[in-house]
Amino acid sequence: MSKKPKYGIVVFPGSNCDIDCWRALDQVLDADVTYLWHQDATFAQELDVIILPGGFSYGDYLRGGAIATFSPIMEAVKKHAKQGKLIMGICNGFQMLTEMGLLPGTLLKNKNLKFICDTVELVLQQTTSPFTNQYQEDQTISIPIAHGQGNYYVDDNTLHKMEANGQILFKYARNPNGSLSDIAGICNEQRTILGMMPHPERAVEEIIGGTDGALLFQSIANYMLNQN
Amino acid sequence: MKAKVLVTRKKSIADPEGHAVQKALTQLGFDQVKNVRVGKIIEVELDQQSVHSSKEQLQQMCEKLLANPVMENFEIEMQS
Repeated sequence: MSKKPKYGIVVFPGSNCDIDCWRALDQVLDADVTYLWHQDATFAQELDVIILPGGFSYGDYLRGGAIATFSPIMEAVKKHAKQGKLIMGICNGFQMLTEMGLLPGTLLKNKNLKFICDTVELVLQQTTSPFTNQYQEDQTISIPIAHGQGNYYVDDNTLHKMEANGQILFKYARNPNGSLSDIAGICNEQRTILGMMPHPERAVEEIIGGTDGALLFQSIANYMLNQN
Repeated sequence: MKAKVLVTRKKSIADPEGHAVQKALTQLGFDQVKNVRVGKIIEVELDQQSVHSSKEQLQQMCEKLLANPVMENFEIEMQS
């Protein structure tokens, strides 16, 4: 019997890619998906993957993702992380994960100070993680980006450790934002928490420009199958 | 009790905003400008009389929320 991964998408005030994620998962990828409200202190234990979606939570005030970090639901998200379950932070969600300390580093303003809305090429760095096991090694994929604060930064020591642990999952083929070492997406040491600036949920249908993002969700489904 | 919190980017981290401002100043004819860095000021008003405990609380506020230690430094300036 196949087991579909159960996704929970957290909705914050100012989230706007929550709907993109919902559509991708519910209507295109046939996954089980539910919305979670930022003010709730808990969510169902049966959820396999929590998505912190893109957008402008709390208007990006102070720093992108900084205020969302203290939403009541984040305690439950941290618990989910501790249990070794999967979390994906996309764009603003990636900023939240670094602010919470669940992922190393931080996201600075883009080097050219512009909000960049484009489709970019990413090069796969690791194909053994729960999020990338359906991609080929060194595969180049096209995924949209839309951010003003996506310039990844981390200190040298941590970067070396991340490289040695295989925590860098995606790099930009052509660096759009000044990101250190062309980094577009990373995971934690246990490879259960993913943070990426590009939007895989916006690349799951040919009619809107490609399906390279679908393989990420299929990787998760494959990982979950092997877990059970 | 009032306080000003000054949040600045660490020296080791590039400041594209400061760089853009510097270029604009140079274009305006201020050629003597060598470097510009942009930070932010956060004014906090506390319902608290003691300078000591206010400062302690502000320190915690900075560590928890007002500054991100990965990229920023902060200074607290107490005002009466």
